[in-house]
This record gives sequence, C-alpha cells and structure tokens, in this order.
Amino acid sequence: MKGLKWRLAKDRLFRGLVYLLSLLSISPLIIILLYIFKRGLKVINWSFLTHLPKPVGVEGGGVANAIVGTIILVFIAVLISTPLGIWAGLYLSEKRRGLFPEVVRVAVDILQAIPSIVVGIIAYLWVVKPMGRFSALSGGIALSIMMLPMVVRSTEEVLKLIPPYIKEASLALGVPYWRTVLKVIIPAGLPGILSGVLLGISRVAGETAPLLFTAFGNQFMNWNILKPVNALPLLIFNYAMSPYEEWKRLAWGASALLIIMVLTVNIISRLAGRRWKVQL
Amino acid sequence: MESPIIRTENLSAYYGDFRALNSITIAFPQNKVTAVLGPSGCGKSTFIRCLNRMHEIVEGARVEGKVLLRDRNIYEMEPTLVRRKIGMVFQKPNPFPTMTIYDNVIAGYKLNGIKLKKSQADEIVEESLRKAALWDEVKDHLHKRGTFLSGGQQQRLCIARALAMRPEVLLLDEPTSALDPVATSRIEELIEELKETVTIILVTHNIGQASRVSDFTAFFYLGELVEFGPTQSLFTVPKDKRTEEYLIGKFG
Repeated sequence: MKGLKWRLAKDRLFRGLVYLLSLLSISPLIIILLYIFKRGLKVINWSFLTHLPKPVGVEGGGVANAIVGTIILVFIAVLISTPLGIWAGLYLSEKRRGLFPEVVRVAVDILQAIPSIVVGIIAYLWVVKPMGRFSALSGGIALSIMMLPMVVRSTEEVLKLIPPYIKEASLALGVPYWRTVLKVIIPAGLPGILSGVLLGISRVAGETAPLLFTAFGNQFMNWNILKPVNALPLLIFNYAMSPYEEWKRLAWGASALLIIMVLTVNIISRLAGRRWKVQL
Repeated sequence: MESPIIRTENLSAYYGDFRALNSITIAFPQNKVTAVLGPSGCGKSTFIRCLNRMHEIVEGARVEGKVLLRDRNIYEMEPTLVRRKIGMVFQKPNPFPTMTIYDNVIAGYKLNGIKLKKSQADEIVEESLRKAALWDEVKDHLHKRGTFLSGGQQQRLCIARALAMRPEVLLLDEPTSALDPVATSRIEELIEELKETVTIILVTHNIGQASRVSDFTAFFYLGELVEFGPTQSLFTVPKDKRTEEYLIGKFG
C-alpha cells in the first residue's frame, strides 16, 4: 500500500509540473495581449479607424492610411505568393524523390530562414532601385517572398495527406493526369491550402523590416500601388520611437488593432481547416 | 473456349529491376467471371493493373509483352482511352471525397470534360446505380457526399462509377477485402448479375470467393501463371501440385 501511495504522489507531482510548465509557456502571449489591449483598446474608436494622422500637437487623428496600406500590401503578397506557392507545393507533393525536388525543398527552407530585413533589401534592389521610387508594389513583393515558403510547404504537407487511392480512382476512369491534379487533388486539399495561405497572411501582416526600404511609409492616404504606402507595423515603428505622447498613443492603438487582425485571420484559418475539412 | 475479349501474350511486369510477373499468356472469355487467385505477393494485383495500364503510374514500373483487347494491343493505344474501356474497382472503396453520390457516378464524364445533358446524366446515374444494386438505397440522397455511405455501399458506388463509363471489361482488385461478410456477399451476388453485360476479372486471395462467383480461375504463384481453367475442374482436379497445395491450405 505504501508503494501505491508513493506512486500516486509522484503522479500528482509530475502532473502538476506539466500543468505549470504549459501555463508558463502560454504566459508570454497572455501578458502581451493583456498589456497591449490595456493600453491600446481604449484608443481604438471610429475616428481612429477612419481618419488620417494629424500633425504633431493636434489632438486625435487615426490610422486609416496604414490600415488601407496593410490591406494593399497583403493583397499584393497573396496575389503573387499563392499561385506560385501552390504550384511549387503541388510539384513537391507529386514528385517526392529525385534531385530537383530535393533542391527545391532545401531552397524553400533556406528562403524561410532568410532574415526579413534582407528580404527588404532584395526587394529594394529588384524593384525600388529600377523604378526609382518606393512603392506599395515593392513592399508587396517583399512580403510575398516572406510568404512564399509558408504557402509552398503547407500546400505540400496538405496534398501529401491525400491518400493515393483517390488519385488512382481518377486515373482508372481514364482521366488524364493534369485533369486529375486540377479536379481531384487540388479540390480535396483546398481547405488545407487555404488555411496555409491565411496563416501566411497572419505572419506577414505584422512584418516591419521588409517594408522599411520598400513601402517606406506615407502620411497620406494612398491607393496607388506605384507610390509609397503606410502600413500598421511601419506606423507603430515610427510613432513608438517619436517623442510625442499623442503619436505613442496611436502606436498603442495600432498595435492592438494589428494583433486583433492577426488573431482573427489565425482563428479563421484554423476554422477553415476544420469546418471545410474534406472527409477522406 | 468461348471467344476471348482480352488476352495477354508473354506479359512480364517489372518494378525497377524486380520482375513481378513472368511471361504470362492467358485469354479471358467474354461475359464470364474469371478469378485471379493466389497468395499475397504472387503478382495478381500487378497483373490486373497491367490490363488497364495502371501498372505504369508507379515510378520505375514497366511492362513487356502484349495485352490485346479485341486483338488491339492496348500498349499501342492512348492509356486514358484504355482505362475508359477497361474499368477498375480497388481494394479500398475510394469514392471522390469532394463529390456527391450523383457526381461520383458520372465522375468519369465530369473529370474528363465530357458534356452530358441533364437527362442523359440522370439516365446514366440511375442505370449505373441500379446495375450496382445501390439505387434503392441512395435514390433519395443522390446529392449527399459519397463518403457518408457505409463501406459496402461505397464499394458499390465505386462499381457504379466504373460501370457508368460502359466498359467492356471490369477489373475488380480484391473488392471485398475491406468489407464485412454481409457487404461481401452483396458484392458477390452483384458480380453474378453483372457478367450479363460486362466481362469481369476478379482478383482475390479468398479461395471460397473464387469458387462461389467465378466461371474460370487462374492460379498465380510467385509471378507465374501456374494453372488456368474452368473453376469447377480446377478446384476438383487441379493439374498442378502447387494449385492443389494452395487449395487445401498448405500455404498462402
């Protein structure tokens, strides 16, 4: 009986330890959220969302231009990285062995590991320099490079999970390979691919470094992709470093807003993966 | 023997350097059920996958010899056309998970981009499901996903899908190995009915199944065709010692 008691005590001890450590690992997130929401949520109101920043010394003002800018940048990034990433992911899932697929796989992994500031410099050299000015387009391209590896790898993983007998069913009906890919494999993997794209969006929406030399920032509203735009992370970066209380307040509000946007996309992506899951 | 609809001449199949089938020559009679019998790994699945050119989709796989469908070598035809004439049903039921029952039945048309009028499509769906003995069970749920059916129903749906292409030959690759006994006997009854309209080649490692449903039996062992003949005589007076040993359960 003593042995049993001792074992139960040990069990409780380890169980407690596991709970404690799990709690510790989510505590940074909770603390960040609490802190930012405490400082930021009260800043967010209708005029914060719809007005442009005011000059220093003038009360109020909003971040409408940064919201629009972030949406434009993410839109461009999705437009470029999604088709490229899905095709590459499809290739990798279909062609699992061989030298070239392995090279592509390693290259994609390395691309994912490249520091975001370097991606910004590359986009500067490729787009900003030849065009002679900062632009939303160059920022979107920088973000698309950040996003591409995530889309490639998540597409590959999702499509690898589709059982090979689904493909055989189609081929055995005399359906050519390319039609099988377009009409059977991709539709079966679509919810997963979509959730990968959304995770990619939530990842790049908060990037600052790649935008420093590309989208650059803009005090005014801009819808033209060939001109500089502001973005929420850029605005936070610039305003948080300014000496003005009013701007710092806006930076807190923008941080809270950015986190809400990222969390929302993240949650939608999880739901998309689950709700529209194709039962295999 | 009756006129063969499909036959092979010195058919050998390889995976890379490994020879899985060794020079098989056999002729399948029309509108009969022929069982391809043998223990696991004897090459029987490989063999029927050579008959509709599904063998070659595996990387490194290749085939030597001829397969003649009504005297035309299918290895000189377009593989997609061959597969429409020679339908296949697999071990594990594999309806398309994104499609409804209705769309699954006409998947061969839809995926190939063959346009059907609504009335034509309705007709093909009903006819195929009736032939597959599934119509009465699903006629009120045609627009539900096929994956919600039971395993046995899913397998009959796959048979309906293959029949919808109006194939001349239907290859069944251990179609009941993933099913329970009740579902199995339904499929076996169905096979009996289907031979009126289509020639059936049934792969099985189940001796009882071969004796119940087939008119002819081909016994395969280690990549070779050991013996081929009417099921009744092969089961009662096997000519080859290996056939006899397999039938009485010495191996396999």
